[in-house]
Amino acid sequence: MANYSTNEFRSGLKVMFEKEPCSILENEFVKPGKGQAFSRVKLRNLKTGRVLEKTFKSGESLEAADVMDTDMQYLYNDGDFWYFMEPQTFEQHQADEKAVGEASQWLREQDVCVVTLYNGAPLSVTPPNHVDLEILETDPGLRGDTATGGTKPAILSTGAVIKVPLFLEQNEVVRVDTRTGEYLGRAKD
Amino acid sequence: MEGEWRAAIDRPTLEYRAHVMQTMRTFLSSRGVLEVDVPALGRHAVTDPHIDSIATGDFSSEGFLQSSPEFYMKRLLASGSGDIFSLGKAFRAGETGPRHNVEFTLLEWYRVDWDEHQLMAELADLVTHLWPEVGSLTLSYGEAFEQHVQINPHTASLTQLRLAAVAQGAERWHDESRANCLDVLFNLCVEPLLPRGLVFLYDYPACQAGLSQLYQNREGQQVSRRFEVYLNNLELANGYFELTDAIEQRRRFDDDLAARIASDKPPVAQDERLLQALEAGLPSCAGVALGVDRLIMQLLEIPTIDLTMPFNWARR
Repeated sequence: MANYSTNEFRSGLKVMFEKEPCSILENEFVKPGKGQAFSRVKLRNLKTGRVLEKTFKSGESLEAADVMDTDMQYLYNDGDFWYFMEPQTFEQHQADEKAVGEASQWLREQDVCVVTLYNGAPLSVTPPNHVDLEILETDPGLRGDTATGGTKPAILSTGAVIKVPLFLEQNEVVRVDTRTGEYLGRAKD
Repeated sequence: MEGEWRAAIDRPTLEYRAHVMQTMRTFLSSRGVLEVDVPALGRHAVTDPHIDSIATGDFSSEGFLQSSPEFYMKRLLASGSGDIFSLGKAFRAGETGPRHNVEFTLLEWYRVDWDEHQLMAELADLVTHLWPEVGSLTLSYGEAFEQHVQINPHTASLTQLRLAAVAQGAERWHDESRANCLDVLFNLCVEPLLPRGLVFLYDYPACQAGLSQLYQNREGQQVSRRFEVYLNNLELANGYFELTDAIEQRRRFDDDLAARIASDKPPVAQDERLLQALEAGLPSCAGVALGVDRLIMQLLEIPTIDLTMPFNWARR
């Protein structure tokens, strides 16, 4: 793989740092008037999600990471693995629990997700920002109560538990923001 | 996107820029400091191991774009010019970023028979002319460093400084020089926590003396008579009680060249004419260089230096 020097570090660049694939979030050029130049870099470890702040000498380089974001359709889960398919090639990839992580609670079959491949294998899965899911279980709706702003827990078809307004009923389909887990509204067909 | 041919700043910013430069000229002239313009394309580059000069290629006009007017101004002082200032362009290869532009505007002035504390007071007066409400604080580098890093920068061992740098996420500094460890610690731990307004830091570590004289401070530590000025946490100016000893100057050049070779940088010829000027006699003086673009950045609260000048590095 190619190497990137500190002056090529840009937000979004994928590099290897301490043998782990990372994404560069920020790179700040620092040069004291009479001193050595260096770079203050924020990196996100793509395996753990942890953000690191590191200082590099100017001109130092990091190896490029073989990391690619690919749109894939979620197929099914066999209990051990989650299966995704590249829509153009029909190539299937299996992702383990570590790669899927929190995303598992938002995955609905046929939905298109971003699967991040590292050396060709799924490293992480990003669900669509908004998903429409059916309410499997919740307390009976309080008809007409749209004003008090109260909420109640609801279990969705994927197993996710979110807070919904009191007036919603079982079997209704709601739209959820997967980044925050917030209820956005009733799904519009 | 608007056309790339267009200037990067609007008329009010241009007017403010002109006002700042006019104020500097009036302020210094009215105090008897003479404006001088010295070559921007000089015969020599500085030996400073961390400053790269831009070489001009053509054999008939070869030379280096000057990274500061310092050497020419010292030759003027040794020629008997008296107090002088220069307001002009300086160039440093490879320095681009939110606070750096390869070509920038520098105000540099020298006061004969003054020390660095008198010059710091004059710089505070100048900035106050442009920003009357600005607050000002003066403390030693050692006090500021010790307050935020809990290490005495003058007496700490090199190992102690390296370990402290590594602990701050600068692992690559585990085998670095004293000066480089101090810089990285200062940048990570001290600079962001300096109070707003003007901050004058004097008595820099001896290993970062630049071209200032060394002396023993009250605690008996060997320190340099170099100072730095920060404005709202941004490095604004650097000044010295100037080194006048030609033999010591030659030794510092030699140290610089050794450091350049150690870090695989091209060697640089020493400026013999500067050394001759010092041998002939540079009067006792203090000098300071102030980044004009950075001053405008802070006075107008502009987040990046490229929006203080009409045609920045990208817009050229």
